[in-house]
Amino acid sequence: MTQLVLEQALNGLQFGLMLFLLAAGLTLVFGIMDMINLAHGSLYMVGAYIAASVAEQSGSFVLAVIVAVGATAIIGALLELAVLRRLYRRDHLSQVLATFALILVSNEAVRMIWGDQPVMLAMPEALSGPVEIGGFMYPAYRLLIVVVGVVAAASLYLLVAKTRLGMWVRAGASNREMAQAMGVDVRRLFTIVFAIGAALCALAGALLGPLLAVQVGMGESILILAFVVIVIGGIGSVRGALVGSLIVGVSDTLGRALLPTLLREIVPLEIAASLGPALASILIYLLMATILFWRPEGLFPARA
Amino acid sequence: MHKLKLAALLAMMGMAAMAQAAPQNERVKVGMLSTLSGPGAGLGVDIRDGFNLGLKHLNGKLGGLPAEVIVADDQQNPDVAKQASEKLLKKDKVDFMTGIVFSNIMLAVGPSVFENKTFFVSANAGPSQLAGEQCNPYFFNVAWQNDNLHEAVGKYVAERGFRKVALLAPNYPGGTDAFAGFKRQYKGKVAEEILTKLGQLDYAAELAQLRASKPDALYIFLPGGMGINFIKQFVAAGLSRDIQLFAPGFSADEDIIKAVGAPMMGLFNSSQWAHDIDNPQNRKFVADFQKDYGRLPSLYASQGYDAALLMDAAVRDSKGKLDDKDAVKKALEAAKFQSVRGAFKFNHNHYPIQNYYLRVIGKDAQGRITNKTVGTVFTNHADAYASACKMK
Repeated sequence: MTQLVLEQALNGLQFGLMLFLLAAGLTLVFGIMDMINLAHGSLYMVGAYIAASVAEQSGSFVLAVIVAVGATAIIGALLELAVLRRLYRRDHLSQVLATFALILVSNEAVRMIWGDQPVMLAMPEALSGPVEIGGFMYPAYRLLIVVVGVVAAASLYLLVAKTRLGMWVRAGASNREMAQAMGVDVRRLFTIVFAIGAALCALAGALLGPLLAVQVGMGESILILAFVVIVIGGIGSVRGALVGSLIVGVSDTLGRALLPTLLREIVPLEIAASLGPALASILIYLLMATILFWRPEGLFPARA
Repeated sequence: MHKLKLAALLAMMGMAAMAQAAPQNERVKVGMLSTLSGPGAGLGVDIRDGFNLGLKHLNGKLGGLPAEVIVADDQQNPDVAKQASEKLLKKDKVDFMTGIVFSNIMLAVGPSVFENKTFFVSANAGPSQLAGEQCNPYFFNVAWQNDNLHEAVGKYVAERGFRKVALLAPNYPGGTDAFAGFKRQYKGKVAEEILTKLGQLDYAAELAQLRASKPDALYIFLPGGMGINFIKQFVAAGLSRDIQLFAPGFSADEDIIKAVGAPMMGLFNSSQWAHDIDNPQNRKFVADFQKDYGRLPSLYASQGYDAALLMDAAVRDSKGKLDDKDAVKKALEAAKFQSVRGAFKFNHNHYPIQNYYLRVIGKDAQGRITNKTVGTVFTNHADAYASACKMK
C-alpha cells in the first residue's frame, strides 16, 4: 500500500515538474511581456525532435539534451527577434492569431524535416531499469526526471530571486513601464527571457521524449495544461507556476489512478474507464475555478 | 436547325453514355484510407506497403485491369477519417476501399461506405459489431475478427497454468473485443482489467496499480506506439521480473520489436501469419518485402498484401464488371487467391476461417530478434459472432 501511494505520488511529482518547465517560460513571457504565446508548445516539440536526432547520430543522451536545450534557446531568441517582437503592442487577439499560425508553420516544418511518423528517442541504457530503495521500486529514468526537474526549478528560483537579471525580470513583471523608466533594457530582457523559456521547453521535451513519443502536435495537448497551471499559480510568478504545476500534476495522476478503480464499484468497466479520466480533468478545471473564485489573481500574483 | 444539331449531339452523347454503362470497367480505383501519422502510423504504413507490394507482384493490375490507388491519412481520428472517406467515395468514386487500422474508425466510416455500395476489404480492423448482427454484404475482413488473436493467447495462458491474470487494453471497440476474446478461452481469475485512453503513451499510473495487485501474468493489447512505450516502461519499472507478459501478435511484431529490442525476447504471442510460415507465396512475399523496404514484414503488411490479392481475385472472377455488385460480392466470397498465411476462406459473415499460431520472440539464425512459430493454437477457427449474422 505504501509502495502504491508513494509510487503514484512520485509519478504526480514527475509529471508536475515537467509541466513546471513548460509553465515557467510561459508565465514569464505572459507576465512580463503581456504576450500570449500559443507557440510555446512548438518549442517543446522542436526541442524533443532535436534531442532525438542528436541522440540517434551521436548515441549520447546527455549530449542530445545539451544540444537540444542550446539550439532551442537560439531558435527561441531568433523567433522573438524576428516575429514576436512585432506583436507586443498589438492586442491579445492578434497575438493569439499570429502565434497560432506559428504552431501550424512549425508543425508543417517538422513534418517536412522528420516526416509524419513519430521519432524514437531511446532512454539511456543505464537508466532503463528500476532502482530499489529498501524494498521500494521506482524506474530509474523517472527518478532522473524528478531530480533534473527539482534542480531546474531551484536554479530558476535562484536566478529570479538572487541575480540582477532576476531583479529585472521581477521588476518587469510587476510594472513594465516603471522598470523601463528606471533604465532596464526591456527589449534585450525580453529576448533573454524568451530564450530561457525556450530552453526550459526543450529540456522538458528531451526528458519526456523517451517516455512519450516525439511526434508532430505533441506540444498542443500539454500547452493547455500549462495555461491552467499559470492561471492557478498567478501570471508572471515562477513560484506560482511551481505550486500550480505540482497541484495539477498530482491531481491528474491521482485522478487517473484512483477514479476508475472507485467508479468500477458502481458502473461497468468501459464507462468507468472513460468517466474516470474525464472526471480527473474536470477536477483540474474545477480546482482552477475554485482558486480563481477565492483568488482571482491566482495563488501568487506577480503584480502585488 | 440549331435545335436539330443539339438534339443530334445529345443523342450521340446518350449513345456514348450507354456504351460506357456497358459492364467492363477500364480500370480499378482503390481508396487506401489508413493511419499514416501519429503513434499508430507504423501499422498503417505496413498495410500500405504490403498492399503496394501485392500490386507490384500483379504488375500494377487488379484482375487484369490497371489499378489506381488513392492514399489518404485518417490521422487516427474518426472525424478526419469520415471526411477523407467522403472524398474517396463521392469525388474519386473508388471501387474498393481498404486500409483502416482501428476499429473505432471502421465503425465511424462503415455506414457511409456501405450505403454507397462500395466494397470495404478490411486489412485490419475487425470489430465484433460488423461480424455479428450488423454484418454487411459490403464488408469483408481479410485479416481476422478482433477477438481471434486474443482467444488464441487466452487458451495458451490457461494451458500454461496461470491463475491470476491482469488485462490491459485501450478503451475503444478493439480493446473491449480483446477482453472478450481473451476471457472466452481463459476461465481463471482476472486480477484486474484496466482500460486506458486510446493513444495513451505514459503508463506510470497503470504500472503502479499492477505492482500493487500482483498478478502472475499480464495480457496487453496495445498496438503501435502504445505497445512500444508500455513494454519499455514495464521493463523500466522492474515488473518484468515478477509478472509474465503475454500479447497478441499486434503488440509483438516487427514494428514493436524494432523499437524495444532485447526486452521482447521470450514473449509468447499469437498470429494468423508469421514470416516463417512455409509456402511459396509467403517466401516470395517476405523476400521481396525485405528487398523493397529494407525491413521484415509484420502481420499488418501480410494483411495488406492479401487485401490486394483478394481484390485481384474479385475483379478477375467478376470479369471486371465492377458495377455488378452481386457478381463482385460472389467473387469476393469465393476468395480465389493464394494467401501468404496458407489456407484461407470466408465464413458467411465475411470474416475468415483460418488457423492461428503461437509464436515466440527470440534470435534467429542470423542473430536478428524476431518471431518464431512454435505451434498451432486453433485449426480452421471461426469467430464467435458469426451465428448472430443473418447474411447468407
